[in-house]
Amino acid sequence: MERFEYANPTSRKEAISLLAAEWGQTEVLAGGTDLVSCMKDFACTPKRVVSLKRISDLRGIRSSGKELRIGSMTTIRELLEDQHVKQGYPALIQSAEYIRSEQLRNMGTIGGELLQRPRCWYFRLGYGLLAQYNGKSLVPDGDNRYHAILGNSGPAYFVSPSMMAPILIAMGAQVRLEGPGGAREITVEKLYRTPAQPDEREHTLHPNEILTEIIVPRQEGARSAVYEVRQKEALDWPLTAAAVVLKMNGDTVSHARVVLGHVAPVPWPSPEAEQTLEGKTVSEDVAEAAGKAAVSKATPLSMNGYKVQLARVAVKRAIMQAAQGGA
Amino acid sequence: MANCKYEWPAAGDRRLIGKSISRIDGPAKSSGRAKYSLDINLPGMLFAKSVNCPYAHVRIKSIDTSAAEKMPGVKAVRVIMGVGKEVQWAGDQVAAVSAVSEEIAEDAARAVKVEYEQLPFLVNEADFDKDKTAGRTRQAAELKVGDPDKAFSDPDVVTHEGHYGIPVITHCCLEPHGHVTEWMGPQSLRTFSSTQGVSAMPAQFAEALNIPANNVQTICRYIGGGFGSKFQMDAWGLASAQMAKDAGKPVKYLLERAEELETAGCRPSGFARVKVGAKKDGTLVAWESDCWGTGGPTPSGVLPIPYVLDIPNRIRRHTFILANIGPARAWRAPNHPQAALLTMTPIDDLAAKLNMDPLQLLMKNADLASEGRGKVYREELQKVAEMSEWSKYWHPRGDKTPGHIKRGLGVSIHTWGGRGHAGNCLVTIQPDGSVTAELGSQDLGTGTRTVIAIVAAETLGLPVEAIRVKIGDSHYPFDGPSGGSTTVGGVSASTRRAAVDARDQLFAAVAPGLGVPADQLEAVDGKIQAKGDASKSLTWKQACRKLGVKTVQAHGKNPGQCMLGSSGVGGAMVADVSVDTETGLVKINRMAVAQDCGLIIDMKTAESQCYGAMIMGICYSLFEEKIMDNITGRMLNPNMEFYKLAGIGDIGELKVHMMTGPGYDERGVIGLGEPPVISPGAAISNAVANAIGVRVPTLPVTPEKVLAALAKGGMA
Repeated sequence: MERFEYANPTSRKEAISLLAAEWGQTEVLAGGTDLVSCMKDFACTPKRVVSLKRISDLRGIRSSGKELRIGSMTTIRELLEDQHVKQGYPALIQSAEYIRSEQLRNMGTIGGELLQRPRCWYFRLGYGLLAQYNGKSLVPDGDNRYHAILGNSGPAYFVSPSMMAPILIAMGAQVRLEGPGGAREITVEKLYRTPAQPDEREHTLHPNEILTEIIVPRQEGARSAVYEVRQKEALDWPLTAAAVVLKMNGDTVSHARVVLGHVAPVPWPSPEAEQTLEGKTVSEDVAEAAGKAAVSKATPLSMNGYKVQLARVAVKRAIMQAAQGGA
Repeated sequence: MANCKYEWPAAGDRRLIGKSISRIDGPAKSSGRAKYSLDINLPGMLFAKSVNCPYAHVRIKSIDTSAAEKMPGVKAVRVIMGVGKEVQWAGDQVAAVSAVSEEIAEDAARAVKVEYEQLPFLVNEADFDKDKTAGRTRQAAELKVGDPDKAFSDPDVVTHEGHYGIPVITHCCLEPHGHVTEWMGPQSLRTFSSTQGVSAMPAQFAEALNIPANNVQTICRYIGGGFGSKFQMDAWGLASAQMAKDAGKPVKYLLERAEELETAGCRPSGFARVKVGAKKDGTLVAWESDCWGTGGPTPSGVLPIPYVLDIPNRIRRHTFILANIGPARAWRAPNHPQAALLTMTPIDDLAAKLNMDPLQLLMKNADLASEGRGKVYREELQKVAEMSEWSKYWHPRGDKTPGHIKRGLGVSIHTWGGRGHAGNCLVTIQPDGSVTAELGSQDLGTGTRTVIAIVAAETLGLPVEAIRVKIGDSHYPFDGPSGGSTTVGGVSASTRRAAVDARDQLFAAVAPGLGVPADQLEAVDGKIQAKGDASKSLTWKQACRKLGVKTVQAHGKNPGQCMLGSSGVGGAMVADVSVDTETGLVKINRMAVAQDCGLIIDMKTAESQCYGAMIMGICYSLFEEKIMDNITGRMLNPNMEFYKLAGIGDIGELKVHMMTGPGYDERGVIGLGEPPVISPGAAISNAVANAIGVRVPTLPVTPEKVLAALAKGGMA
């Protein structure tokens, strides 16, 4: 990795003051499980790394009647063991359990999970987030077996790597971002965007902001589930994933959120699938129709047509799991 | 040979041989006390890093190392591939630098400026027409036996034609390749090498460095995987020693993970168009194959197909593809896993066409196996059928049960040689009773240490822990490299001969005192005693004390007197899988193998070899692939994130049965490392076909390929 300055602040304010106003100058270190490997691969080359490890008030989970507030430096392990999360937000547990590495669970944080960089192999080999080579993207004519099938009109073709963002979006969660101008709260959905230029990031966090908290509204009467299609039981990235939250009125779905993961440069909410579900009693056929609707606009690349089928199945199975009581 | 003094004890007399004994280095390994070459750190040691070429095929126009040389902390820089040299695969080492820290070495390596001239490259060889257009094909000699054309034209012969393949994979050793080198004097070198050939390594360094081989000592106490890829000193080994000399300091040069995957070895691929014919009763009569594959920029081995079964009329043509994907290196059972896949899958498809149970078809044709191994195969197929509950779970092609989870069983058979290699063992018995066995061998994690201890302990009538085994150092008596399943056969024979001779010397020393002729003594239960008369006995310690100030030493060799080992094994494997036809995911329910390897010294480590081989087989059947990019020519998955290996949840239940007893034990010791890794690809591919009713023609069997096969004409 490139040489860098290491800052270890003890307060949010100090941390923010150490961050540069433009991307590329500084990076935030949370658990380090992604950033460090990114730096070793020279995919990130910050001049300064600002650690959040000593800022104690970024860690911990608080639960009130109306919401759950998760400090961004809370580890995946702490989340998995939290009684409030287990009782009130089982789909979050289900999502975290897909992180099949004890090391990642122990070191990785929820903030880092949401803001980890894409795993696109061209990005990791040093061709940049947009995989540029001789002025054009390597992805369409290259090996795109793991790339995007939705939202992939270019120039971004990578898939959003977060395994927890889809369920958080489906649950209507928000993130709190703090910067030099104060704090703001946005939906997790709004945290992500598809970059159009090589110097843009895949999220809307400003370079000198830190993600401090994830706020998940109470899931009253909701049934939710996450389904990942993954080649390996052991540590692996999902080929596709789906998160579903259903609000029920008796046997019928009054409100549905369906968010796909690993199919697009951002976590991919599917209003098409949601509309298919709303007002219906969930059955295998209805779930199947919602799965089809979710991929109706898919535009697979040369090697990833199979992911359309996998996304369809992930949505269907997540819906069935949720309908049958959920995670 | 009757009454040869070295021969293995009769079945009833074996106290340790054949029992299930835990490996003696288990605690050292599991507690982290075992020092691998990667763990060696010497005072003042420098760290070496490579300058890796980022292109698949280039000629080096210039190299400028001056900036790197000037960096503070950099102590040596060596060009590995000079101006004008052709680099044949991305990641190859062009130069190396040594510095006082890993970080400085890495910075310095990046400061080396190399200019390249781009040359045309080929990194994906599966499409034969493209290979031909690129001028990358080299025809090998064809092999023809009998009259295949005539056999195929017989109207009573049912034929099947298909296309099959198995891609290039890597060795992915957990401990990377490399060495720590240290000059002990102007002409004297010590290396801590991650190697499969401790005794053979000094000569390689000596020749390259022009120093006497006797002045080179190579040490490798423990190794984190080799699988056939770690016999050579390699360019990085030489550069390490050169830089150590330049700097006057020890140099540690072990590869990075990406280099390990990109440059430290490829298992050659194999693709084939196959035609196979049998009579309606399943008797195989004809075979024709056009095969191609690559192991890198130079021709690699011809795949021995049809495999195991010498179909009477057969023709095979093989074409080497010269591709810029890395160097071919022996990969556990070189050429056999590919040959098994390319043979046992078309035969399985033919069985389906004949409406035959493929296991019965193999039974029926088992006598086509060479060396009269038909009976062994029938016994093993019978056994593995029981272990896998074949009659309960096998069904004709396509699981007809409702739902999207389809279960299937598949079978394959394999063979290997495994004759013990040449080597030496020195057994020493001290007057205080302590015993050592010294061999310039190495334990690849297979149980070599344990086997040596068992053989010596059995021979001397001592417990296993009484034997101190000293291996992993070229100062010990020469032993062969560990390749081709030759080690256990070699070391158990040399150790047996040394231990018998040492024991007989001890008998001679104590016989007069006991008033018993030396040839009437035996060593049992920690005692030296008159055969059949326990009243005339000495404890081991008392006996050794009679040596006074003398030490007993005996040297055993292999080969030598008495038939202690032989060659040639069979083996049959069944895979039991479930396939999700909606996602194309394959889960292993169970793998079962019935395996022979002659006389088994340690049942536990023998079974472990089979477990490990099946896990490795699951990895290459479902996950592994060296994914190369056609545009940049680079490997896209030089990491353990996308170079996927199975985890504990991916391997299902593994069942092993070692064939022992009459017909097996009297063959003496035969190696076991390779055979059980050969069949998994074919067995798993066949199991998937049995489950979903259609062939996934190439490995690895990924979701995308399963879905594609189902879309083309499956049962879904």
